[in-house]
Amino acid sequence: MGKPIIHMENIEKHFGNIIALAGVSFDVVPGECHCLLGDNGAGKSTFIKTMSGVHKPTKGSITLDGKPMNFDSPRDAMEAGIATVFQDLAMIPLMSVTRNFFMGREPTKGSGPFKRLDINTANEICVNSMREMGINLRGPDQAVGTLSGGERQTVAIARAVHFGAKVLILDEPTSALGVRQTSNVLATIDRVRKQGVGVVFITHNVRHSLAVGDRFTVLNRGKTLGTAARGEITAEELQDLMAGGQELASLEGSLGGTV
Amino acid sequence: MTDVAQIVADERLKKESFGARLMKRPELGAIAGVVLVTIFFLFTADSAMFTLSGIMNFMTPAAQLGILAIGAAMLMIGGEFDLSIGSMVAFAGLIFGSCVVTFGLPLLLAIPITFLFAALVGAVNGSIVLRTGLPSFIVTLAFLFVLRGVSLVGLKLATGGSTQLRGVRDAIEGDFLTPLFSGDAFSGVFAWLARIGVVETFKNGTPKVPGIPVEILWFIAIALAATYILLRTPYGNWIFAAGGDRNAASNSGVPVRRVKIALFMLTACCAALVAIITVMDSGSTDARRGFMKEFEAIIAAVIGGCLLTGGYGSAIGAFFGAIIFGMVVIGLSYTNFDQDWFQVFLGGMLLIAVLFNNYIRKRVTGER
Repeated sequence: MGKPIIHMENIEKHFGNIIALAGVSFDVVPGECHCLLGDNGAGKSTFIKTMSGVHKPTKGSITLDGKPMNFDSPRDAMEAGIATVFQDLAMIPLMSVTRNFFMGREPTKGSGPFKRLDINTANEICVNSMREMGINLRGPDQAVGTLSGGERQTVAIARAVHFGAKVLILDEPTSALGVRQTSNVLATIDRVRKQGVGVVFITHNVRHSLAVGDRFTVLNRGKTLGTAARGEITAEELQDLMAGGQELASLEGSLGGTV
Repeated sequence: MTDVAQIVADERLKKESFGARLMKRPELGAIAGVVLVTIFFLFTADSAMFTLSGIMNFMTPAAQLGILAIGAAMLMIGGEFDLSIGSMVAFAGLIFGSCVVTFGLPLLLAIPITFLFAALVGAVNGSIVLRTGLPSFIVTLAFLFVLRGVSLVGLKLATGGSTQLRGVRDAIEGDFLTPLFSGDAFSGVFAWLARIGVVETFKNGTPKVPGIPVEILWFIAIALAATYILLRTPYGNWIFAAGGDRNAASNSGVPVRRVKIALFMLTACCAALVAIITVMDSGSTDARRGFMKEFEAIIAAVIGGCLLTGGYGSAIGAFFGAIIFGMVVIGLSYTNFDQDWFQVFLGGMLLIAVLFNNYIRKRVTGER
């Protein structure tokens, strides 16, 4: 396994007297899909918000490409190559696919007062990126509201990849999708992984994670219950871990001593 | 681009007719409205309405409202309202009037000071809305009364008890900036056109239309600039994004707060421009200036395709929305109808526009 792009060591996050994360370690290597599993309230959201620069960890260290990092804002994390696709997808239904694709990072041409949106380039890039992800748009001016949930997810992923994501965090991308759309998104994850991006796939669906995951980390009550590689763990075991780790003792062997 | 378009072709897709494509433009409703109103007045109004001087007659109030409406439209696209722009016209009129009359400042100072005050109030409006998260509707409703009240009190202070401040015309006479904000432009061209017989003349040979009132030029320029900003600059994308979904926009790196505050300032400056133009035109300012204009401007913006929920609309739409207004306000006096039908029309038009916009929005997003 290659060197991790991002390594998070013993992350703790406290909100007042609430300990949301109590020492979580996690890393992502290029070209892998690292699944982060956990039930509701396990701390998944807090953890990825820490990774994507929304929260600052109370304790612990984040290293990116071997260098210690300290993100002050999501923008910082984004610039460092950590892109997050949140559940709401940060998409605006009334705006066209292209305008959504480049929202906040519009390509321009000209300079000074004549600096303007390079709409042709934008359209072209957008249509091409979407085609690489296996979606043929009706046209770049198609409103995002007319896309299906899976297609929207793909736009968000394609956008992140286009803007140079080294780590792509997907926050429950399959939670609201039907069977066919879920398989489309899982196929997209596979495509992105093959491009050398490290994917963090957050889910509470064990099946979805096993379909694409290379490694699996389970969060429970703010702690990691361990990381297992593909083939070392079964669906039932993951399920039990998520449910509270009652059977932790009996699983220690299969987790490879990483607990 | 052409090869891209070919690859994109999807067999499940019916070819979209020109009409269907047109239906997706936000300004369609307003343009259709202009056509309808024109047809209506062609049949009912005196033919003088559509002579050059008749057109200037209805374009002047349309322009004064339109400058406000375009500001209001941009703000609405950005997801906020400003109900204080009518009162802002009175307030800016007071600032401007007292600058030139009471303090005797030249326009070179008076105009920037007026814009500065307007922008400041706009920024305060915006900051309160953004900091508290309250609906801009309520915050600016408060400012509707505050600014109107301040204008009244201020005028009484400036004049020693009157609610009208006179003497602006004398004060600005001869100032080199005056022609930019008052009177008619291109009077030389029009005099020439009159001489060669293109423009009708009075018996003494002066042209019936001495030139294009400057507010019409401001109106057109602002409509073009706003459209360019909305459709062809990153800021335009940010405005649509901020109004469409605030969280999504800021998660994508759009500086939502800055965009919204700038829009509040812009809207207030539009009101200040209207104040400057109308005060210089009439030579005085009074506390009722701009009364109810906030509603008319918002209605013009809605007729122009702006959604009340933000994120959708057009400056060109607001441009035509304002022209519909001007045509009806002035046009009714060319007909045998009672002028007060105007109010009925206003309400009716608003209702139709909102229903229409709702339908369009569903078409655009593919909802059914």
